[in-house]
Amino acid sequence: MPVITLREALNEALHLEMARDPRVIVLGEDVSGGAGGTSGQRDAAGGIFGVTKGLIHKFGDGRVIDTPISESCIIGAANGAALAGLRPVAELMFADFVGVAMDQIFNQAAKFRYMFGGKARTPLVIRMSFGAGMNCAAQHSQTIYPFMTAVPGLKVVVPSNPYDAKGLLLTAIRDDDPVVFFEHKALYSRKGEVPDGDYMIPFGEAALVREGEHATIVALGRMVPFAEKALDKLNAEGITCDLIDPRTTSPLDEETILESVSNTGRLIVVDESPPRCSVASDIAAIVAQKGFRDLKAPIEIVTAPHTPVPFARELERAYVPGPAQIEAAVRKVLADG
Amino acid sequence: MQLNRDALLQAYRRMRTIREFEERLHIENRTGEIAGFTHLYAGQEAVAVGVCEHLTDKDWIASTHRGHGHCIAKGCDVGGMMKEIYGRADGLCKGKGGSMHIADLDKGMLGANAIVGGGPPIAVGAAIAAKLAGEGHVAVSFTGDGGSNQGTVLEALNMAAVLKVPKIFVFENNGYSEHTGAAYALAGQDLGRRVEGFGIPVFRADGFDFFSVYEAMRQALEIARNGGGPAAVYATCTRYFGHFEGDPQNYRAKGEVEKFREESDCLTGFRARVTEAGLIDAAALDAIDADVLAEIDTATVAAKSAAPPTAADVLTDVYISY
Repeated sequence: MPVITLREALNEALHLEMARDPRVIVLGEDVSGGAGGTSGQRDAAGGIFGVTKGLIHKFGDGRVIDTPISESCIIGAANGAALAGLRPVAELMFADFVGVAMDQIFNQAAKFRYMFGGKARTPLVIRMSFGAGMNCAAQHSQTIYPFMTAVPGLKVVVPSNPYDAKGLLLTAIRDDDPVVFFEHKALYSRKGEVPDGDYMIPFGEAALVREGEHATIVALGRMVPFAEKALDKLNAEGITCDLIDPRTTSPLDEETILESVSNTGRLIVVDESPPRCSVASDIAAIVAQKGFRDLKAPIEIVTAPHTPVPFARELERAYVPGPAQIEAAVRKVLADG
Repeated sequence: MQLNRDALLQAYRRMRTIREFEERLHIENRTGEIAGFTHLYAGQEAVAVGVCEHLTDKDWIASTHRGHGHCIAKGCDVGGMMKEIYGRADGLCKGKGGSMHIADLDKGMLGANAIVGGGPPIAVGAAIAAKLAGEGHVAVSFTGDGGSNQGTVLEALNMAAVLKVPKIFVFENNGYSEHTGAAYALAGQDLGRRVEGFGIPVFRADGFDFFSVYEAMRQALEIARNGGGPAAVYATCTRYFGHFEGDPQNYRAKGEVEKFREESDCLTGFRARVTEAGLIDAAALDAIDADVLAEIDTATVAAKSAAPPTAADVLTDVYISY
């Protein structure tokens, strides 16, 4: 099986689906790039992280649409195009830019179907890069999927590896509800085996990344490879854990998590967002409510601190949860109770 | 005049329907039976109808919080709308949206929108779809003088011009952004000049005059339907009621509305124009008035007695699948 990066996996999914379905369009800032420049070269960017590279040459500027820097209008236009029968994939560059586009996401896209009494169909994907690790500082590094997860009407996807990224993006584009698709910028170059053809990964089905008996670790995005690293070390001492990657936070596969906790009795949730009202606190609450009697120790959450994302390398390293914190959390739940 | 007798009668009927719908809601609101906010469109009928009489179900419109007139002009079912405003299970949106969220996608109506400035970006997207389909359809957004100050509207103007999509921006300056005058809140005053700054042709209209709006829209459509990119219609008008029902309108001079009603009313003007020109006799218009009155009465009585949704309905229509 070919080994490719997460970036290439996403690019493959876009190529496949645009070729298969003429209703799919891509729009955003610099999704091709070069329009109006002095070199005359199109595809000068192919997306700020190269995810949409090559699409314009295959599908033309009618379907691969470079927009002005107008995030509200990008999402608004994607909304209108979706209501009018297209299947837009909008790119927001950085998740942090959601601030200026939020109305079109949480007041419009998420609510059309409900407000209109079930008549609207909004097959929309909003892709955005997120996460710390590249010293991009406070306004280009945040992990904001908790906001989106809290909004009824949205589906939220957070892939951790190339295989999942491709299958989840194909599912997202074919889904008839609005989907927010979070891509961790430090994972774009992560490599993995990805089949050439078309395959879909259903939403709401977690991946059991590792199996073990002593504890359950739930992790998302970049925290999945970090948890694997922590487990490599713990395994050498005979400590094994279930490692669950929910892949989508809305819908959330509660069943797989609760079943694992019923076997292990111990839970660590790892989430790159700050701790309050996070996916970590959400999953901890669900397990405390529905799996309390299975727990042998208090639940641990491993998250970023309640601070903005800092800039300096030393500060950012201290901010992002890593393998060492995950390892310590596993040891803590094993020592307790 | 390009409109034949049937088209004139239809335009008059639509304007009268909006008027009666809104006048009746103004009365019914005081009974306390209607929940939530209601923003009435009475006074501005010539704009919605002058624009929408040019459109088919395959053309899209995106409306505002003051959306009843746009809905009726675009062909939404009046009975279904009334039930929706009363929050009934068989309302146009099953009672889930209410006055501010009436939509009917089959009629090309992308929804009233309670977020001021929410509609224009959405209509840009519908225009992208129309351009790709290549069948000559357009998307129209309605925006007030208040809404025109939202950044989203400026983003939409720019993007529509950059992408050269078949989009008509209709601006309705009714003189008030909620409780604040356009004389204060609209820098530059002439909104049309602002729009022209984007290189978008603007056709100015007297929003009290159906024929003026109809002609401005015709010119705008000639550009948009023929690959010329976006165009705009800028109409000045007034609203007969408050920002919302219950608004005491302390910001308006005494007698202001009465003067407009007496001197500039769009229905009175339309009636005078077509009867004086000998196109339609007053009796035909009177018959429409009586018809519409009965239709609105039937719709209101039906809405009052219709069944509300059940508690179980809270949980449906969030997702197509989850």
